[in-house]
Amino acid sequence: MSRSEQIDASKLKGVPTSYSSVGWSLLIIGVVLMLVAFAINVKHASFSLIMTLTYVATIGTGALFWVGTEYVSSAVWSTVLRRPFEFMAGVIPFLFILVFPLLFNLHSIFAWTHKSLFATDPTMLVRAPYLNIPFFIIRTILVIGVWCLFYFLIVRNSKLQDTTRDQRLTKRNVNLSAGFMPVFAITLTLFTVDWLMSLAPDWTSTVFAVYVFAGAALGAMAFGTLLIVKLNEKDRFPVKLTPDHYYNLGAFLFAFINFWAYIAFSQFMLQWYGNLKEETSWYIPRMHGSWAVVSIVLALAEFLIPFFMLVSRAAKLNPRRLVFVSVWLLVAHAIDIYWLTMPEYSSSRAVFGLGEIAFLFLSAGIVLAVFAWKAKKNNMVPIGDPKLERGLEFHL
Amino acid sequence: MSEKRLYGLAAIFDTPEKVVAAARAVAGRGFTKYDSYSSYPIHGLDSAMRLKRTRIPFVTLVAGLSGAVLLVLFTWWTNSVDFPLAIGGKPYFAWPDYVPLMFEMTVLFGAVSTVIALLVVWLKLPRNSHPLHDTEFMKKVSKDKFGICIESDDPGFNETETRRFLEDLGAESVDSVYDEPVDISLKQKVLDPKFIAAIVVVAVVSSATTYLALNKMLLIRPWSSLNAQFKVNPESRSRFYSDGIGMRPPVTGTVARGHLPDPITVSDNLAAAEKYLVNPVLPSPHVMEVGQRDFNTYCSPCHGYFADGNSRLQGQFPSPPSLHTDSLRLAPDGLYYNVITNGFQGVMPSYARQIPRKERWAIVWYIRALQKAQNPNGPEAK
Repeated sequence: MSRSEQIDASKLKGVPTSYSSVGWSLLIIGVVLMLVAFAINVKHASFSLIMTLTYVATIGTGALFWVGTEYVSSAVWSTVLRRPFEFMAGVIPFLFILVFPLLFNLHSIFAWTHKSLFATDPTMLVRAPYLNIPFFIIRTILVIGVWCLFYFLIVRNSKLQDTTRDQRLTKRNVNLSAGFMPVFAITLTLFTVDWLMSLAPDWTSTVFAVYVFAGAALGAMAFGTLLIVKLNEKDRFPVKLTPDHYYNLGAFLFAFINFWAYIAFSQFMLQWYGNLKEETSWYIPRMHGSWAVVSIVLALAEFLIPFFMLVSRAAKLNPRRLVFVSVWLLVAHAIDIYWLTMPEYSSSRAVFGLGEIAFLFLSAGIVLAVFAWKAKKNNMVPIGDPKLERGLEFHL
Repeated sequence: MSEKRLYGLAAIFDTPEKVVAAARAVAGRGFTKYDSYSSYPIHGLDSAMRLKRTRIPFVTLVAGLSGAVLLVLFTWWTNSVDFPLAIGGKPYFAWPDYVPLMFEMTVLFGAVSTVIALLVVWLKLPRNSHPLHDTEFMKKVSKDKFGICIESDDPGFNETETRRFLEDLGAESVDSVYDEPVDISLKQKVLDPKFIAAIVVVAVVSSATTYLALNKMLLIRPWSSLNAQFKVNPESRSRFYSDGIGMRPPVTGTVARGHLPDPITVSDNLAAAEKYLVNPVLPSPHVMEVGQRDFNTYCSPCHGYFADGNSRLQGQFPSPPSLHTDSLRLAPDGLYYNVITNGFQGVMPSYARQIPRKERWAIVWYIRALQKAQNPNGPEAK
């Protein structure tokens, strides 16, 4: 079969209208709730906005990472699935809007903005040249700016190929992606150190950014799997995907469940075993009281239960199971970010209020609305990509 | 020796595309007892062969999980039950320590059991060879060719028809493979003098090298570096301290943990005792119980249970005074402590040997309680 016979041109653009309407409703409810939360308690709401920022940033950059991986590794099977990930990465420019209210509010969020902290603690004095408001703002804008740059360049080339069918664009994107990989590693490290680790300024962990990356790649893959499998099962995907595509998506989910658990446990075990004050200070609140319950729920939700849900081959081929596990993992990713962030707001007991609900609505709303908006404007399949044909005929 | 039996027909194909197409045709014709051979995995071959799902993953899962469980049981029993050992201030059952080991054991048990299960299924253990072993067919498919072998057990098998069928599919060559069971007589092999000699040589060589490595080689430089550490070994002279003593005496004034020093040695100096001694023990229900027990044991025979001098030994010993007089009630704690420690004017003996220091102070607290009970409105009650 030739390429034109396999692609249903009527389904190339757009997704069911429910995607857009659900996304926008969630987004509007989320914005309203977040505004109310800010009116009630600025500090609590700021932490909720940090969670939203982290969630959207991890989904967006995780998706861009998968796009880059597809190019760098010259993967064939995933060419047909690349566009949904490009659409998901479309949230990256909106990070500027999310981060904007926070930049005016740093003093009520971060302990290191208080000069007294540096006066009393000699170890903090060493960090003073890094942890200060001007440099922090420069870093944040730089990091999101770099992400935007790579997003726009890679996606522009990919879109351009739909009309020109120029094979050199693939080569150019491979080079861009190869450059993006180390840049992404550095920028994601800066982002996580600034926005998550510096919430507890006396704590350090060298594997922290890898931990967040594992969650980002897993979250993006879960969201991508959810959308792709849903669209294909509803017969809204422009090509008919084979069960082997499903199997690979499930295998990636399974792999990153394990990778996440491996990194999470590595960080925990080394700090638990070393038993040093400056390291355990981060885990102690998370291991006592109601936060201990959240920690156990997180370990079950992001590793143990999805592990057994996806371990068999039949599960990775079952679309209903894949959709269920994807939604499950997206919720688990939200719990993960909640667990990373909120103990620094209330270390004695777990809090769940308006801000957390706003976080869930806003995050889900942004990623879904942006996906629907991008899908309306662009082709769901990269019809000009030279690798597409082999991707369509992919078999295990 | 049994005679040759036809095992099957082995066909060689040139390209992976041909073998996939051939496998699809063989499966389509209804053959079930056949297999495809290739030196690397071919995309699409599984579905072309219409393979049933194998049960080997269950073996892997069960074996892997039992590896993890056995490891937990083993570490729990050795580390918390049989020989409890506190390591790094951690609890005896420090589960995070065991997780890397659980992971390793899961992988080990899973991998080894998978290989064994594959051998069982493919070789039909305890048979340790396969009819296709050491054939031209196997040599070719291990290098640059691809093959399909249809077994003669298959109900649709007919030697001439199947051979023509495979040739029509584009096979480069079709060979008959024969099953030739070899009779292995275990008795002869085990008692073979060469075999026994080999075992003896291996045993001698391995034990000799082990002995030399552990007892001789490790004492030669550079392996001996672990023995030459810069530390004082027991019963040896320190080269660091000028007096040659490795185990240093504690600094003057060092107090052992839990030790209650006697701040002044008061023999007959009551003035000093009254002035300087302060009760260092804080009152608590436990302290009061200790004080009551010791008072009833050591003091009450003469002083009476209520410290009023009305005791069960009255008349046999010099009667002590009541401790409820105004002057004694207002006397400082140091006086009582001093009298218990040193005795009183040759009439009351020293109780220093019988009563440890902390318990003497507990007795003082108990005496104070008795005094307050007898004089609830006394001046010191404030």
